[in-house]
Amino acid sequence: MNDVWKGRSGYLFILPHFALFAVFFLVPVGWGMYLSMFNYNVFSQTFIWFDNYKRILSDWLFLKSLRNTFVYTFGVVPLWLGKALLVTVLIYPFRKGIRTFFKAAFYLPHVTSAVIISMIWLWVFNPNFGLLNYFMTVLGLEPVVWLGRSLTAMPSLIVMQVIMGGGSTIVLLSAAMASIPEYYFEAATLEGAGSWTVFRKITVPLLKPTILYALVMGTIANFQTFSNIYIMTSGGPEFSTTTIAYLIYETAFKNYNLGLASAMSMVMFAILVVLGIIQFKWLGSNVEY
Amino acid sequence: MKAKTKTNIKKAISLVILGVLASLAFIPLYWMVATAFTQPSLTMKFPPDIIPKNPTLQNFKDLFERKIIFRWTLNSFIVAGTVTLAQIFVCAMAGYALAKKKFPGSKVIFSIYIASMMIPTQVTLVPLYILISKMGMVDTYQALILPAIAAPFGVFLMRQFMVSVPTEIIEAARIDGASEFRTFTKIIVPISKPAMAVLGIFTFMGQWNSFLWPLIVTNTSEMRTLQAGLSLLQEQVPMQYSYLMASATYSAIPMIIVFLAFQRYFLQGITVGAIK
Repeated sequence: MNDVWKGRSGYLFILPHFALFAVFFLVPVGWGMYLSMFNYNVFSQTFIWFDNYKRILSDWLFLKSLRNTFVYTFGVVPLWLGKALLVTVLIYPFRKGIRTFFKAAFYLPHVTSAVIISMIWLWVFNPNFGLLNYFMTVLGLEPVVWLGRSLTAMPSLIVMQVIMGGGSTIVLLSAAMASIPEYYFEAATLEGAGSWTVFRKITVPLLKPTILYALVMGTIANFQTFSNIYIMTSGGPEFSTTTIAYLIYETAFKNYNLGLASAMSMVMFAILVVLGIIQFKWLGSNVEY
Repeated sequence: MKAKTKTNIKKAISLVILGVLASLAFIPLYWMVATAFTQPSLTMKFPPDIIPKNPTLQNFKDLFERKIIFRWTLNSFIVAGTVTLAQIFVCAMAGYALAKKKFPGSKVIFSIYIASMMIPTQVTLVPLYILISKMGMVDTYQALILPAIAAPFGVFLMRQFMVSVPTEIIEAARIDGASEFRTFTKIIVPISKPAMAVLGIFTFMGQWNSFLWPLIVTNTSEMRTLQAGLSLLQEQVPMQYSYLMASATYSAIPMIIVFLAFQRYFLQGITVGAIK
């Protein structure tokens, strides 16, 4: 008790944020778990144990949205991380001015909101007046209804995300790469190692902590993808782009089935925890600092 | 000599690849701005003009005739501005406590903050909405602002920065008789300015671009922020591209200005809280 009194200034300093954090974050997290066991809608609020979970785990749309989310996340994350690594390695040998120019160029789409990016690309993908189909016809190819067919809609969204994304990861990786002593690279080159060997044996192992961080955070972020789905496809066609975040939104705020939506968000959270653990096990085991 | 030629060729290839990748991302943004200045009747023209012929301000005039857009802008500034200032202040205090104060439970609290950064938005979305509506705050500024101040990332970032502040200067100030709060404002705050700038910039960007929460928690058009408002426009006039691109350009400008002005922080600062 004496320690608590001695540490009182610490409590006072943390209080303003922690009070808000408790009310608007921790309480909702706990409440969400509780809520997921309710049939909670406009008409009734009854406790139904795990019925919501039973229901969603046998619901084809929920399972489809999970599959879509996995396809999206595992389509975007490796490509986007690969792009970020490639750019980082390519800009490394250049003068500071050129490096800064490219970092800024790749970062620019990152400060532009997802809503704006989606509005632009909705037009790029437009089957009749879009830029993409214009290039298709110039190349003598058939125009494609990119977002209107269930086969092409999801890949289109993935490509868009990879093209526009990666800016912050490039900055992160460049900073980590700048902290690698230069003579590592010089020594390897003198030994006669080719670029690919240097990349595999030196760059990647030394960047591993940063790559791991980017991988985990990127997975979490892309797993929650919502704005582009809302603006561009509304989850269609034929639910081929309904991600879990979009389904939760629809379930909660279009159908007012709040308990069911909470159960979905808990399943989503559980999956992210498992994915995070796998990524740490996979990459974290032999991280060299 | 030969090695040098080889390096130059490598560099040239690098530049080509970098140029292509950067252009892919840049072209859509350029097209947005170019179209915003294009006559509405010419937006469907193929091939599109690279630089709009007879550029026009008509799209912006049309946009500003919809007076609600100024209300959305004001809302965005109020929300992003308030959240940013409040976050810097409360996160700096909390980060200081976690980095430099010894008190029972500090380790547990820090772990809770770290763990909560991994929790997806969707988990708190529904209960938070119910909470806000039970508090009678739906469609108010408080609803847009308060949950955003409660976000955990800033505390983590400030804590990571402040751990590296030497404890001696804090102790010296205390011995000189400065009060706890004075020590914080006169010693800690000035030293932590770079971290506070980073937090401020990223919070502002996050709030300016935030979409899901404003979409859910506002139900009148007057309370929408710019991003949530834009999606309304997109629904109302889906095919008027020059008009939509003018509105997109208009709402992207503040962030692009912030980015150009504080580029240094964006391109270096992000690493402050990332890995340590």
